Amino acid sequence: MGVNPLDIIREYLPFFASGTLFTVGFSLAGIVFGTLLGLLVCFGKMINNKALSWPFICYITFFRGTPLYVQILIIHFGVVPAVFGQSNGILAGALALSLNEAAYIAEVFRAGIQSIDEGQTEAARSLGMSKLQAMRYIVLPQAVRRVLPPMGNEFISLIKDSSLIAAIAAPELTYWAQAMGAQYAIVWTPYLTISFIYLILTLTMSFLVNRLERRMATK
Amino acid sequence: MMIKVEDLKKSFGDNEVLKKINLEVEKQQVVVVIGPSGSGKSTLLRCINLLESITSGHVYIEGTDIADKKANINQIRQDVGMVFQQFNLFPHMTVLDNIMIAPLKVKKVSREQAKTKAMELLGKVGLAEKANAYPDSLSGGQKQRIAIARALAMEPKMMLFDEPTSALDPEMVGEVLDVMKQLAKDGMTMVVVTHEMGFAREVGDRVIFMDGGYIVEENEPNQLFEHPQEERTQAFLSKVL
Repeated sequence: MGVNPLDIIREYLPFFASGTLFTVGFSLAGIVFGTLLGLLVCFGKMINNKALSWPFICYITFFRGTPLYVQILIIHFGVVPAVFGQSNGILAGALALSLNEAAYIAEVFRAGIQSIDEGQTEAARSLGMSKLQAMRYIVLPQAVRRVLPPMGNEFISLIKDSSLIAAIAAPELTYWAQAMGAQYAIVWTPYLTISFIYLILTLTMSFLVNRLERRMATK
Repeated sequence: MMIKVEDLKKSFGDNEVLKKINLEVEKQQVVVVIGPSGSGKSTLLRCINLLESITSGHVYIEGTDIADKKANINQIRQDVGMVFQQFNLFPHMTVLDNIMIAPLKVKKVSREQAKTKAMELLGKVGLAEKANAYPDSLSGGQKQRIAIARALAMEPKMMLFDEPTSALDPEMVGEVLDVMKQLAKDGMTMVVVTHEMGFAREVGDRVIFMDGGYIVEENEPNQLFEHPQEERTQAFLSKVL
C-alpha cells in the first residue's frame, strides 16, 4: 500500500470539515424542528378527546415503531419526490430526522408534564388562570427543567443517528468516510477519523446540556 | 349571599361523596367545616370553586351558578381565593413572583402595582424579608403564609381553606392560624375545613359537622361544641375534644 494515512486525512480534510458542518446542520435542524413539532404532538396526544388525539398517537406509534433508516428511505424516495417533484438528500435527511425526533421529544415532554404535581395546576386555576396560562406559566417551566436530562440524551442520539443519512448521499461525515474508504480501499482511517469527530460533537452536546441543567438548577 | 350551595351531589364513579348538600355563607361570615376524614369536607370545598366538577345541584357564587356552562369560571375564581393543605407554591419562582404572577397575568395590573401589593401582603403575613427566597428554603408555616398572601393578591371576596394546617409541624400551626384570625377580623368571608377545634370555636360564626357525605349538624360554635344534638356529632366530638 505505502500510502500514509495522514496524507489521506490531509487530502480529505476539507471534505470532513464540510461533512462536519452538514452533520451539525442536520442535528441542529432535527433538534429545533423536532422539539417544536414534538411539543405540538405532545399537546395533541394529551387532548381529552379520542378522535382528536388519535392522529397524534398514530404519529408517535409510527415514528417510534419503525427504523429511522426505513423512514429516511421512504421520505427520500417517496415523500420528497411526491411533494417537490424531485429528490433532495439534504431536505429529506433534515425532514426525516426532525419527524423522527419529534415523536421521541413528544413522549419525553408528556412524561415531564405529567410528572408535575396536579396541585400546581389547581393552585394556578384557583387564582383565575386559564388552562393555557396554567400550562404556560406554571407547568411547562417546571416540566422543561425536569426533562432536560432525557432531552440531552435524545439530542446525543440524534447526532449519532444523523450518520444514517449517508445512505441517501447527503454529504455529511459518514458519507465522506465511505467515499474515502472506497477510493483508497481502506477501513480504519476513515471510520476512526469520523468516530473521533462524532465523539467531539456528542461530548460538546453533553457538556452544553450539563451546563444548562446546572444553570437552571441554581435558579 | 356570597356562597349558596343547593342540593349539591358529587360522585367519583359509583362512589357518592356528597349527598345533597345545602349551605349558605353570608358576607363576612366565617364558616368552619369539621368532620371525620372521608366525610366529604374537602370535596365540598373544591366544588365551591369548581376544582371538582358538580355531579348535580347548584353552587352560586354571588348569585352566579358556576355549574352553568355559560359561567366564566376563570372570572369567578378571581373572587374566590383558595389555600391548600399542601401549599402548592410554585417552586420555580421566588416568593415575590409567586404572589405577583396571577395579578400580572390574570388581572393584567402593572409590575409596580403588583409588586407594591405583594410587598404589602408579605408585610401582613410577616414575611417581607423572604420576598426573594424560593419556596424550598421556607418552613411549612412560612409556605402556608405565603400561599395565603398569594391568594389575597387577587383581592378575592371570599377565601376557601382546605385543611391549611394539617400538613404542618405542631409548632407552626399557630402562626398560620394567627394570619387567618386576622383575616377574619378584617371582615373576609371564609369557609375553613379544619381539624383545629380551637380555631373553629374562637373564629367561626358557624360550625358545620359533616359525615358520610351529609351535613349532619350546623350551629353556632358554642352550641355545637357544648350541646351537640346528633349522636354522630357527639361521638366525633368526644374523640377530638
